[in-house]
Amino acid sequence: MSIFVNQDTKLIVQGITGRDGSFHTKGMLEYGTTIVAGVTPGKAGQEVEGVPVYNTVADAVAAHPEANASIIYVPPPFAADAIMEAADAGLKLIVCITEGVPAVDMLKVAPFVKEKGARLIGPNCPGVISPGKAKVGIMPGQIHAEGNVGLVSRSGTLTYQVVHELTAAGMGQTTCVGIGGDPIIGTKFIDCLEGFQNDPETEAIVMIGEIGGTDEEDAAEYIKEHVTKPVVSFIAGQTAPPGKRMGHAGAIISGGKGTAADKIKALNAAGVPVAKTPSEIPDLLKKAMNN
Amino acid sequence: MNVHEYQAKAIFARFGIPIPPGNVAETVDEAKTIAEEIGLPVMVKAQVHIGGRGKAGGVKFCPDIASVETHAANILGMRISNQQNPKGQIVQKILVTEAKDIASEAYLGITIDRKTQRPVILASSEGGVEIEEVAKTHPEKIFKHTVDPRYGLQAYEARQIMFNLYDDAKIVNKAAGILLKLYQAFTSSDASLAEINPLITTPDKEVWAIDAKVNIDDNGLYRHADIAEMRDTDLEEPAETLARSKGLSYVKLDGNVGCIVNGAGLAMATMDLIKHFGAEPANFLDIGGSSNPEKVTTAMQIILDDPNVKAILFNIFGGITRCDDVANGIVTALKNMDVHVPVVVRLTGTNEDLAKEILAEANLPMFTTMNEVVQHAIELANAN
Repeated sequence: MSIFVNQDTKLIVQGITGRDGSFHTKGMLEYGTTIVAGVTPGKAGQEVEGVPVYNTVADAVAAHPEANASIIYVPPPFAADAIMEAADAGLKLIVCITEGVPAVDMLKVAPFVKEKGARLIGPNCPGVISPGKAKVGIMPGQIHAEGNVGLVSRSGTLTYQVVHELTAAGMGQTTCVGIGGDPIIGTKFIDCLEGFQNDPETEAIVMIGEIGGTDEEDAAEYIKEHVTKPVVSFIAGQTAPPGKRMGHAGAIISGGKGTAADKIKALNAAGVPVAKTPSEIPDLLKKAMNN
Repeated sequence: MNVHEYQAKAIFARFGIPIPPGNVAETVDEAKTIAEEIGLPVMVKAQVHIGGRGKAGGVKFCPDIASVETHAANILGMRISNQQNPKGQIVQKILVTEAKDIASEAYLGITIDRKTQRPVILASSEGGVEIEEVAKTHPEKIFKHTVDPRYGLQAYEARQIMFNLYDDAKIVNKAAGILLKLYQAFTSSDASLAEINPLITTPDKEVWAIDAKVNIDDNGLYRHADIAEMRDTDLEEPAETLARSKGLSYVKLDGNVGCIVNGAGLAMATMDLIKHFGAEPANFLDIGGSSNPEKVTTAMQIILDDPNVKAILFNIFGGITRCDDVANGIVTALKNMDVHVPVVVRLTGTNEDLAKEILAEANLPMFTTMNEVVQHAIELANAN
């Protein structure tokens, strides 16, 4: 098992004819993901890596009714619209890779997606991978291995770093979810924790947070109440100064809120060990699993 | 992005929020001219992106032209700092604005609540002090209201909020009107914060925004060329301005180990690891997803320009970024630039082997773990 994506995922790629869209379409196909269609307005009739292109998501879904997920590589000014188009066409999983989507746009998107009963992952995220089953994202597939660890993270390359260490330590993954570094995201830690808790194959969970917001604190509360599987965490940004955006739009300490220290304290209080360095994670996880 | 009070007021005025007349001055003479034009008394207010200007002596009441001259002269060139920003900023501009008689001071702010994913309005009868302070001392005096972004703020909601703050229906209506306009300004300008503190009433029941603060979501700036031009680069670290123009995300810090990393999370984790092993990072720098060699060179230049830096550390996890591209960028930079500090490199992931060969030709050892490269960089920085 796994969460969100698996061998039954039938994917549509929005922005498939663009530089990023076509490049990652190739990467996802090579990994074994089933891609049924692509969408770029005005490019219907073309093919990218053998995938047929349609003008609208509705057209793509009409021609490929088995489609059940979408991944979005369109530029920031059009990303919110693309998410709403996918949700309106009835797709239930929407992964938005695009970085730089205005928060005001996301205010409108978030309730729309919920109304349509869809799950949005991102924006500004590397996507989701269930090793050996499907890759819906931009992560390097080869660093992953099949296994029993569920991983959720707000980061991209830091996630790759941790996955790399887990795989090297012989700990494969059920699913790795990059939920994104923006202040308003479709899927939060709690949604993934719930998924991993209910997934029979996932035996332990790694949660990688960073400064900004209070999602890690909320996750700590949730873990205390609902998660019986061992969880190990890492929080990036202990040395980040207040008031400065650290790359990610959501990674900012403002009004004294969102510090790494607060998050670590909340997680520790929920019984979650927090690694001091990324390389400590595999050992902490082994210890937590043997307890 | 932060804008100055006078710029925030210009944005608010476009939406019809009542702002007392005023103008911005860079010299004492300009300040005097503005004061004469709008009529005395006036307030002279330092324009810096730092809270607590008043306490620092950056906001003064001027009953006559002589006091405008004295206070303008004092405030221009003054360094204003606070606990969050101990280095502070030097005042280069002052706002000269009509002084109003104040009967009451309220707080009005709109921001995005990450938890509910909605705009949230904060209103308090305790204006004129920082809202964080009110939250500590009188949390019961802060009214919080989240807005359904699909419909926007409705007039009845604005009235409900304002009846918490004022008894007089005439004032409630005026203040509710201002709140509706502030909500418009917030969403139409891609603000992450829009604040009026204080919103004042006068003895004859006028309502005015006498201070204004706006932060703009950088992601929304592309559709507000007029606001993007408001950026005051004089108040930034020059390196941060350069980095932004080249598409790099850079924040200057005070340590001596410079770091160049791909990805924001990994960049923060690298800074933390430097601290973990007993040193201090000189910066946050994310070169982003692509490994275009020009970005590597610009990143090197920015770090080399920081006189505190005693060693430079590359930490690259190649996914989409190809390690050989970054290695080529590093070798080119070392050839063409005056690199006066040691450079240590960790590259792992896509095309790692090719990168190792490229670096070996340039006699640069390549590390494959984060811990090793960080410890080595610290040793070299300490020895340098």
